[in-house]
Amino acid sequence: MKKITVKYFAMFREHAGLSEETLKLDVVTAQDVYEQTQHRHGSSEPTGHCKVAINDTMAEWTSGVNDGDVVLLFPPVAGG
Amino acid sequence: MSFCCFHRWLVAEVFAISDDSIAVHELRERVKNPGSGGVCVFEGWVRNENDGRTVQRLEYEVYAPLAIKEGEKVIAEAKQRFPFLAASCVHRSGLLEIGDCAVWVGVSAPHRDEAFKACRYIIDEIKVRLPIWKKEHYIDGDSDWVNCERCANV
Repeated sequence: MKKITVKYFAMFREHAGLSEETLKLDVVTAQDVYEQTQHRHGSSEPTGHCKVAINDTMAEWTSGVNDGDVVLLFPPVAGG
Repeated sequence: MSFCCFHRWLVAEVFAISDDSIAVHELRERVKNPGSGGVCVFEGWVRNENDGRTVQRLEYEVYAPLAIKEGEKVIAEAKQRFPFLAASCVHRSGLLEIGDCAVWVGVSAPHRDEAFKACRYIIDEIKVRLPIWKKEHYIDGDSDWVNCERCANV
């Protein structure tokens, strides 16, 4: 099990009712984090439309996560 | 040479997030350069309608640490592709009213072709890459996150 801090944004944050939490998760990739926190962010959206960052750096869903990492889950963006 | 003049000609790529109104006239000064033959500016404004719904105001949520990092990257990429002399971009966060400037992009270059192309590249990439979310507040009191309709089915 790894200690992962998960941060939720925009719609994910509103659905979760919190902006971040630290969880003990059995995860290998960022996608695992997304799937295991689905009850929080509430999205069935394929990860292709969402983005992820690890420790404030944009990452891929296949990127590995390590104990102590901060994983940021971004719903589809809409700048401009 | 005063710091002001020195600064004026050396300001290069800048990306910022602002909680306040975007001072468009000041930004235009920032991209002035003695070698530039013109400036191409794009201003994104808050529109009163989207998808047939009447919009009353907008709210931008921005994750600034990464938005700034990614915004600077976009400007650097634009410079590599379409060499320009100066560029600046500011994106709003917080609550905006109809007609407010939501995003400002300005690029000055020796010739217009690079300025147009770089400006287009910057705004297009900013819209799809930066961690920025737009919530529309409608006249009927309802509100929705733009682009998130597919997330809402759980």
